[in-house]
Amino acid sequence: MAGKPKLHYFDARGRMEAIRWLLAAAGAEFEEKLIESSEDLDKLRYDGSLVFQQVPMVEIDGMKLVQTRAILNYIATKYDLYGKDMKERALIDMYTEGVADLGEMIMLLPLCPPDQKNTKLTLIQERATNRYLPAFENVLKSHRQDYLVGNKLSKADIHLVELLYYVEELDPSLLANFPLLKGLKTRVSNLPAVKKFLQPGSQRKLPGGEKSLERARKIFKF
Amino acid sequence: MIKYYRNQETAIMAGKPKLHYFNGRGRMECIRWLLAAAGVEFEEKFIEQPEDLDKLRNDGSLMFQQVPMVEIDGMKLVQTRAILNYIATKYNLYGKDMKERALIDMYSEGVEDLGEMIMHLPLCPPDQKDAKIAQIKERTTNRYFPAFEKVLKNHGQDYLVGNKLSKADIHLVELLYYVEELDPSLLANFPLLKGLKARVSSLPAVKKFLQPGSQRKPPMDEKNLEEAKRIFRIK
Repeated sequence: MAGKPKLHYFDARGRMEAIRWLLAAAGAEFEEKLIESSEDLDKLRYDGSLVFQQVPMVEIDGMKLVQTRAILNYIATKYDLYGKDMKERALIDMYTEGVADLGEMIMLLPLCPPDQKNTKLTLIQERATNRYLPAFENVLKSHRQDYLVGNKLSKADIHLVELLYYVEELDPSLLANFPLLKGLKTRVSNLPAVKKFLQPGSQRKLPGGEKSLERARKIFKF
Repeated sequence: MIKYYRNQETAIMAGKPKLHYFNGRGRMECIRWLLAAAGVEFEEKFIEQPEDLDKLRNDGSLMFQQVPMVEIDGMKLVQTRAILNYIATKYNLYGKDMKERALIDMYSEGVEDLGEMIMHLPLCPPDQKDAKIAQIKERTTNRYFPAFEKVLKNHGQDYLVGNKLSKADIHLVELLYYVEELDPSLLANFPLLKGLKARVSSLPAVKKFLQPGSQRKPPMDEKNLEEAKRIFRIK
């Protein structure tokens, strides 16, 4: 069980960033083996390292885990970020899935054909403002505690705060009317492990530009 | 019928789960399968008009304004995975420890990826349908089925994880039925998957669910698709 987790992905946020955030917030050091060419990906496939021929893949505790949610759930359980019982887990899962739904829209935006981009962006802004951010603001409002579930930091808080950074990158005004979300963002960002991760030079990945997208297209052949 | 208990918590826990969705498979069917396989009776409140969905939204019953929603143990849970994970934990279909859970999650997610492609097929524009079907068949044959066949081959056990029935087996077998509906020949070269399908289908609770008259929903036809579009206001 010793040894740091080893993350296999290319040098970008993509589907691995949520995992980086969670490990970092848990104070768990990790290594990254960056996929730089389609040949690197082929090698992982031929090795039999990827159950469904896809990354993210994380080597952890003797396993080669694929599928983002499987990886996140394992890490959360291991580092006590998954609530104290099954009912808390249900809430954490529910909130996490809501974050993932909005996060997916934002993540896929760069892949959107140029003529559809404005429509997509408007939809994201609408959903953030009318569906997702109010839902989470209401959770915090309903119990007035520092964290979403069980008065304790969980994966739900970490995923949500990560999302709030992406929403802010897209359009800072979207967070304007959500004081409790802003409070959560500040609170979680000030936790020592998260604060460290937010500093330059950490393993946190920057927004992918055109160059990153082209590299992804080459590696994943799409 | 409401049973009154001295303890209100027990009263809430004692009622059957109540599923809110339209009368079709969609994103609720895997929940129906899991409950059924766990031997759990459940009620269904069908959304039949857009106004029914509006009412649920205005009631504050839907955290993200979406269904599926399942009333269970005093909670109104939304998000398919949250619901499935809770049910699996409650009915002991989620492995014995965190490592087994990781494998179960990994396999469930793979099933979900292929299942999502199949589920969206009716919504595919007619000119893209053939290409989509070809992609589904290719992924099934070259990626997903070999992966699961290999898992079963490696340990030679009756179930995917920990030699015990789990949500992974139930989700996979459900998927095998949908693949069979699409193209029965796709299962041809996967004897262990066929064995798992037969084995799980023979479990009393699953056998019952597979019979006509159960709460299992039929494949989506034109009428069902139109109904879904109308209710969810999809053009």
